[in-house]
Amino acid sequence: MTHYLLAVHGPAEMDEFGTYGSKEEMEAAFAATGAFNDKLRAEGYWVFAGGLSPASTATVVDGQGATPVVTDGPYLETKEVLGGFWVIDAPDLDVALKLAAEGSKACRGKVEVRPFDGLA
Amino acid sequence: MKDATAAVERVFREEYGRLIASLARRFGDIGIAEEAAGEALVAALERWPEFGIPANPGGWLTTVAGNRAIDRIRRENQRDAKHQAAFMSYDDTPHEPTGPVEDDRLRLLFTCCHPSLAPEARIALTLRLLGGLTVPEIAQAFLVPETTMAQRITRAKQKIASAKVPYRVPETADLPERLGGVLTVLFLVFNEGYLATGDGDPVRAELTAEAIRLTRILRRLLPEEPEVTGLLGLLVLTEARREARVRNGQLVPLDEQDRAGWNHALIDEGHNLVRECLTINRPGRYQILAAINAVHTDAPTAPDTDWSQVVALYDQLTRLDPSPIVALNRAVAVAELDGPDVALALVDRLPLTGYHAWHATRADLLRRLGRSSEAKEAYDAAIAATQNSAERAYLSRKRGQLV
Repeated sequence: MTHYLLAVHGPAEMDEFGTYGSKEEMEAAFAATGAFNDKLRAEGYWVFAGGLSPASTATVVDGQGATPVVTDGPYLETKEVLGGFWVIDAPDLDVALKLAAEGSKACRGKVEVRPFDGLA
Repeated sequence: MKDATAAVERVFREEYGRLIASLARRFGDIGIAEEAAGEALVAALERWPEFGIPANPGGWLTTVAGNRAIDRIRRENQRDAKHQAAFMSYDDTPHEPTGPVEDDRLRLLFTCCHPSLAPEARIALTLRLLGGLTVPEIAQAFLVPETTMAQRITRAKQKIASAKVPYRVPETADLPERLGGVLTVLFLVFNEGYLATGDGDPVRAELTAEAIRLTRILRRLLPEEPEVTGLLGLLVLTEARREARVRNGQLVPLDEQDRAGWNHALIDEGHNLVRECLTINRPGRYQILAAINAVHTDAPTAPDTDWSQVVALYDQLTRLDPSPIVALNRAVAVAELDGPDVALALVDRLPLTGYHAWHATRADLLRRLGRSSEAKEAYDAAIAATQNSAERAYLSRKRGQLV
């Protein structure tokens, strides 16, 4: 089994309904994502998952020098940011891609699938 | 001695795809498979010139490479996670009587053409691992520097290993879509050989032959898939005209080819394949292209061509694939049926100004309509849009004939 990160990227700019456009659409996406999470748990793929607060709430810390330097804002200023992710445990890439397709449909976003290097 | 070495290398290349595929299945790792195959080649080069090529060279290579891989894994398994994992997943199930060696090649073909890999990497990996072509040969075929091609192949292999792209023939539900990717790769390899993109050899017979060889294997493994049969029909009917297609370094268009110079054994084979597709009656893109080529190769002379049949087949293809390239090829047939003016009106609408064949088709239609100055401009645009020396020579001759 291999661990895969399923990362959901979306627009950095959000309104009161996140990136979903309307209240109904936002609620539908939450419900579908919840159902997908239940399926991951039931079928044994689940490791961890979570949605992130907007990139504007991010802080960058550089601890490489004598004293840590703290900076407001995300590390990269981009139009598209990481909005949330799943970590799953799957037997191979075909299974991971199938689950990513389901997750993408549920959360209404594109999903990047990336294997962990297995060294940790 | 030199002949003996060449003979060993030839056998090795013929057996390479089978060897790598079987080792990759047994050890679950392409890198280990390649290392072991390389060691088996060294052993063969030592032994075969002296003792002769064994009766079953593929079996000999597989046994030697398998033993070398196990030795290496035992030696390294304490300090290398990759080898340790390979040893743990080592699959020593005996070969099944239904020919698992060929199944291994099919698995590897689907791995090489996996949708998660970049399209250019799929072609390169297929030629490297299943075709046994060397990295410099592939780099030369696709006109990229050797280091670029080596990096492309290495990256793809790393992705297969880290992301765990499976060695598996897809499940029935996924097969049509995944098979489409494999057929695309084989068709692209053939096309690159049949009309090379660059300014080197205008035709690369080693690539057309390799594409046909791999498609034949695929057909033996998936005889029930009509699109595989269709692609093989298309490739052999196209290959049948290869020798007649270039004369004195110039491309010869279909209507000017010496039909006695066509390969009639391949044409017979292609016609049989097309008939087989018609019996199955589940038409697809490659089957229709094969049928169009069957109409052409069925005509004893160019004027005998059944153009209404060709246009009807392109109509059918357009319903499956309404792309401008299909529309362009259909227009060429329409010119024969309804005249060059009707065809030109169709061609002018297509958004293909960067495509050499669009300019070449326009040039020919304008020439036939007696619009010489416009035809000259179109020939110039076509010549500028292609690097293929035989096509340039042909277009230049046609342009030179205009008054």
